[in-house]
Amino acid sequence: MEIRLEPQGKQLTLSGRRHVGDLVKSLGLIVGTVLVIRGDQLLTDDEIVEEGDAIEVRAVISGGVR
Amino acid sequence: MKCRRCTAKAVVQLRGHNSAFCQECFVFFFQRSVGRAIERERMFTRDERVLVAVSGGKDSLALWDALNALGYATEGLYLALGIGEYSVDSQRKVQAYADRSSLPLRVVRLEEEGEGLGVPEAAAFTRREPCAACGTFKRHYFDRAALAGGFAVLATGHNLDDEAARLLGNVLHWQLPYLAKQRPVLTPTHPKFARKVRPLYRTSEYETAAYAFLRGIDYVVAECPNSHGATQLVYKDLLNRLEHSMPGSKLAFVNDFFQQAQPLFAAAPDNDPGECERCGMPARAELCGYCRLVAEIERRRARVVAHS
Repeated sequence: MEIRLEPQGKQLTLSGRRHVGDLVKSLGLIVGTVLVIRGDQLLTDDEIVEEGDAIEVRAVISGGVR
Repeated sequence: MKCRRCTAKAVVQLRGHNSAFCQECFVFFFQRSVGRAIERERMFTRDERVLVAVSGGKDSLALWDALNALGYATEGLYLALGIGEYSVDSQRKVQAYADRSSLPLRVVRLEEEGEGLGVPEAAAFTRREPCAACGTFKRHYFDRAALAGGFAVLATGHNLDDEAARLLGNVLHWQLPYLAKQRPVLTPTHPKFARKVRPLYRTSEYETAAYAFLRGIDYVVAECPNSHGATQLVYKDLLNRLEHSMPGSKLAFVNDFFQQAQPLFAAAPDNDPGECERCGMPARAELCGYCRLVAEIERRRARVVAHS
């Protein structure tokens, strides 16, 4: 599957099938700090992502001091 | 995973609330949370015009959208900070949202105001963290815009994560004056100030991002180029690790502070402000924070010019 990390714009390819929560952890990220998006759908941690999927992992953290 | 309200397939999971929602129910939940925060804290009424500071990011646009959906009378305020392509993109997205939603928008361009200083100059010519200088600029121009437009209320998109990070920073350094002023509603201490409100103070940034996405709001995903390494991001990272191990910690930290501890800090006496000798806006010294910053920039810039 193709993974796009935003806002870094980094692209990577992963093989296999896994839960969204496991995908997030395998990317070294904390669950709840990113949106995981497939097409126009948000995915919860228990969803399965697999070969052929195009996934965007979008950070939700913003700010310096506002 | 199923929606807590209607049992349809969930698209948003909120560990801190031990809940999950489908798209329709999450939008309802989000707007109801914002509405309840406004009512609980008596932030404003439906008779008051609210100036909403919008940056083009998820939080402020989600806030503007929710206030509009809840039927409040709002007007957007965008400050063009002059941070290159980032500011250009931000303004484009704010304008697009305002046009799409038929909402009025005020644009203030820092380079066309008073001293003509943008954030990059402030960052280059002071020793302050760029975010701190930017914050001083924003507060000053928010106040001026609210005053010029006759708005009694100014709303900003500070969310639960912002409040938790700010609180952690204030507690780590026992910043008593800041703890005294950290509240979801700041009552004006001077006739030139608007009431400042933070309707998203109980709403996490995961929720605002999910809401913006599900509402089809095109927001700026890119980080501000000046925010890299900002202290607040370190605090947010720590808090997110805590939240992951103990869901609900952030909300409890902030909520319990506002309910139980903040009134104790707020009791510390503080004089009402006078007026800045330079710009006439409220100030607790001869110059307001903005004019002190401008004076510092002018001093340092003159020194650089003299040595070049």
